[in-house]
Amino acid sequence: MTQALDEIKIGGLGASRKRVEDDRFIRGKGNYTDDITLPGMLHMEILRSPLAHARIKSIDASRAWDIPGVHLVLTGDMMATRNLAWMPTLSYDTQAVLATDKVRFQGQEVACVIADDPYIAKDACEAIDVDYEPLPVIVNPKQAVAEGAAVIRDDKQNQADNVIYTWEVGDVAGTDRAFEQADVISRLQLHYPRSHPSPIECCGSIADFNRATSKLTVYMTTQAPHIIRAAVALVAELPEHMIRIISPDIGGGFGNKVPVYPGYVCSILASILLERPVKWIEDKTGNLISTGFARDIYLDGEMALRQDGKILGVRMRCDADHGAFFSDAQPSKFKIGLLHSAFAAYDIPAAHLRARGTYSNKAPGGVAYRCSFRVTEAMFFQERMMQAAAADLGMDQAAFRRMNFVRDEDFPHRTPLGFLLDSGQYRKCLDVGLKAVGYEDFRKRQEEARAKGRLLGLGISTMTEPLGAGNSREYDILGIKMFDSAELKVHMTGKAIVRTGARTQGQGHETTWAQIVAHELGIPAEDIVVEEGDTDTAPFGMGTYASRSTPVAGAAVAMVARKIRAKARRLAAHLLEVSEEDIEWELGRFYVRSAPDRGVTIQECAMAAYSNMPDGMEPGLENTAYYDPPNLTWPFACYIVTVEVDPATGVWDVLTTVAVDDCGVRINPMIVEGQIMGGLTEAYAMASMQFITFDAEGNCVGSNYMDYLLPTAWETPGFELHSEVVTPCPHHPIGAKGIGECAAVGGPAAFVNAVIDALSGTGVRNIDMPLLPDRVWEAITYHRDISGAPPIATDD
Amino acid sequence: MTVVYEDLGDEAEEGAVPVRRIRFTINGRKKIAEVEPRLLLSHLIRRGLGLTGTHMGCDTTNCGACTVLVDRHPVKSCTMLAVQADGHEITTVEGLATAAELHPLQEGFKEEHGLQCGFCTPGMMMAAKALLDENPDPTEEDVRWALSGNLCRCTGYQNIVKSVLWAAAKLRSESADTPDGSQP
Repeated sequence: MTQALDEIKIGGLGASRKRVEDDRFIRGKGNYTDDITLPGMLHMEILRSPLAHARIKSIDASRAWDIPGVHLVLTGDMMATRNLAWMPTLSYDTQAVLATDKVRFQGQEVACVIADDPYIAKDACEAIDVDYEPLPVIVNPKQAVAEGAAVIRDDKQNQADNVIYTWEVGDVAGTDRAFEQADVISRLQLHYPRSHPSPIECCGSIADFNRATSKLTVYMTTQAPHIIRAAVALVAELPEHMIRIISPDIGGGFGNKVPVYPGYVCSILASILLERPVKWIEDKTGNLISTGFARDIYLDGEMALRQDGKILGVRMRCDADHGAFFSDAQPSKFKIGLLHSAFAAYDIPAAHLRARGTYSNKAPGGVAYRCSFRVTEAMFFQERMMQAAAADLGMDQAAFRRMNFVRDEDFPHRTPLGFLLDSGQYRKCLDVGLKAVGYEDFRKRQEEARAKGRLLGLGISTMTEPLGAGNSREYDILGIKMFDSAELKVHMTGKAIVRTGARTQGQGHETTWAQIVAHELGIPAEDIVVEEGDTDTAPFGMGTYASRSTPVAGAAVAMVARKIRAKARRLAAHLLEVSEEDIEWELGRFYVRSAPDRGVTIQECAMAAYSNMPDGMEPGLENTAYYDPPNLTWPFACYIVTVEVDPATGVWDVLTTVAVDDCGVRINPMIVEGQIMGGLTEAYAMASMQFITFDAEGNCVGSNYMDYLLPTAWETPGFELHSEVVTPCPHHPIGAKGIGECAAVGGPAAFVNAVIDALSGTGVRNIDMPLLPDRVWEAITYHRDISGAPPIATDD
Repeated sequence: MTVVYEDLGDEAEEGAVPVRRIRFTINGRKKIAEVEPRLLLSHLIRRGLGLTGTHMGCDTTNCGACTVLVDRHPVKSCTMLAVQADGHEITTVEGLATAAELHPLQEGFKEEHGLQCGFCTPGMMMAAKALLDENPDPTEEDVRWALSGNLCRCTGYQNIVKSVLWAAAKLRSESADTPDGSQP
């Protein structure tokens, strides 16, 4: 007779449990970095460069020093005396902390003022006189590689041009053969514009160097506190055990809060020099013009096709604009992130990718903005190319995709560019999406509308995303292997605490990690507290980005719970006075196989671990697990969008957005759906309005929320979500896959494809994002493609 | 309060910042403050009063994270000077709940998963409160319009809209229960 607990009732796997973190946020009791005040705390402000490329002739800070309440003015020269004018990036490059020789992008950090009050610090920044000698400005890869282009990184030995790397993957000869055999060759060129993750909370830190203990505590907006601790130890040459990084509540990250920023370093040095806490809180313009951007990549690809629709091969070339410093946060073996995941969901025999990265006079970054390292660019290009190829073949969009999908029975599937896909049901996802949107019926309505001069369009996008780096063999950042960890302590009364090396920023770890433990041990989720973000208490981890928390840290939570259960089994055998082999487990309880009524609960085992353990057993019920995933997890999704375009104005309205996400087992369906809707909104944002561009002088156009447009509740369409396709991950302990980013990765192409589909017959093949009304209108009116590439500087 | 500065001579004194005295009510409590004329209301609330539930996202009146009620009107407090609050009544997120119970908007945001990182949430709730005070039975479109001055990067708004409609329904049922039909 089973006495197992009802998993949903105890808040286990599959429960749409309400979030425990909400209780403080809805009361205004969150604890974000700027909410923290320490005794004697000073305030830091940064003076930024107004020019994109200029030599610094002199910096005169004497007037700033004279302002009452100013404690310290930091300049590059002062940083240099401590070997801190430059710091290493996460991609084996260097980045200026405070400029010494030149400024290389608009908004670059030139000086810092530390004062009693942020208003005084701002006043003092304005009193610093910097004499600049302007230099030629480079704002795109074409200019960067032009004959005679100014060398941006003349600080680096052996850097005679603006090329950072060239990188390639795949089989050139095999791909060439595929193209020789092709009936049709399809081609597409596009620019994925620069974008900014732009969480509502900007970056900031409070450095607190304690002169009595020589210990440095830094509260900061970081998605990866342990990585920051290592970076601070290396950059500031402080002993790692004397550094404590605390990441309090984070007001959104989306990749923006992974890198190390100069503001963090300056606040740390200032605190060490002044022996007082120093707070730095960035303003929105500082955040938008200087911190980790995303995308800004030029893609050019060709597809070799057989007349019947079979894809024989793919070639891709890309030029990536990395800004003034190569500071992408990504696995070190892959220079252009995981761009080579493009076309992974399609069974293609041969492929080749060549990438080149260049410097420009723009802010550095290249962060994984709600994606797993350039996967967004990969999936966008993939699905735009699929649409173009189907159109070239005269084939139906859905049928063309279906015939080329990797089949359910072909997993694990090795892609020509080296990935191993774990599992999926791609056709089923597509079919669910087509049914939900009423595909056949829509095509009829589209034709009828066209006859009346109305432009309806339907866009399909599918995506699969490599989520959850490691494994550690292939994935590392600066040599640090990408695994993750969890620690679980079960107290004697059966309550528990979980800590992981991840760091939630809205994903709801405080709720979901407890659900995994509830699933594994039968301890009710409400009896489990979750803590993250303090390097003195949390086990080492690589942090939260690239949808890696559930695939890696979440797996570690399951694994550590299993270690606890194994020890509890020995305690149960002792309490029940039978051998371990005679014990069975059901949720929350061990029982004797031959006498199921004789059992002990997990809580009774916990008490025994502290009060009645067998002779020779180590007391306590605590453990730690480090999880090195055997492979990435590969969720799949199909997004279908329908739109109506107004031919007179170029304005387009979304009619329906259907999302079919297969992310394996869902720990908390409510939270999963929240992640999908957030991702869809960012997808709509990128497709419709959100981009950061630069004029020919390198001025950032998009330096505030009046120019950098984010959709509000008014513009954002409604979403219809489908969860009926579930393919458990075969190698994840609870069958889960990543989900936080899928819709932001796969979504943009669905919106763009819908608009291009509405324009079918006009000869328009591509409009670069964002599809602003003027671009769409120009395309309709003049029957031409619209490139959004930044302007080329002219002599006049 | 005592402030000690480096002695920079008499010349520095001449540039000293003037101070204005203001009286206002915040979350039902009367206060007097001495402030620089340029101090933003959001900074008075956060740093002067220690009410850190009012967040600052952009300093430029765009994101709405700092939305508070001034005499029941939603105001982005980074856009108003503290001295302009002289004689007015301010309500922040900390004034929504009583010690005993949450405001229906707070319950609604938790019930309908209307928040993720939580940074925009206080401003969203205050803007929503201003709407519901005026219009107890809004449509989805009314809610979307009323919140269109508040940015959220996490949720995609759909659940925020549901949260506000959940609160509206609860407030209506509560006011139907009270004899005079008044809202709590």
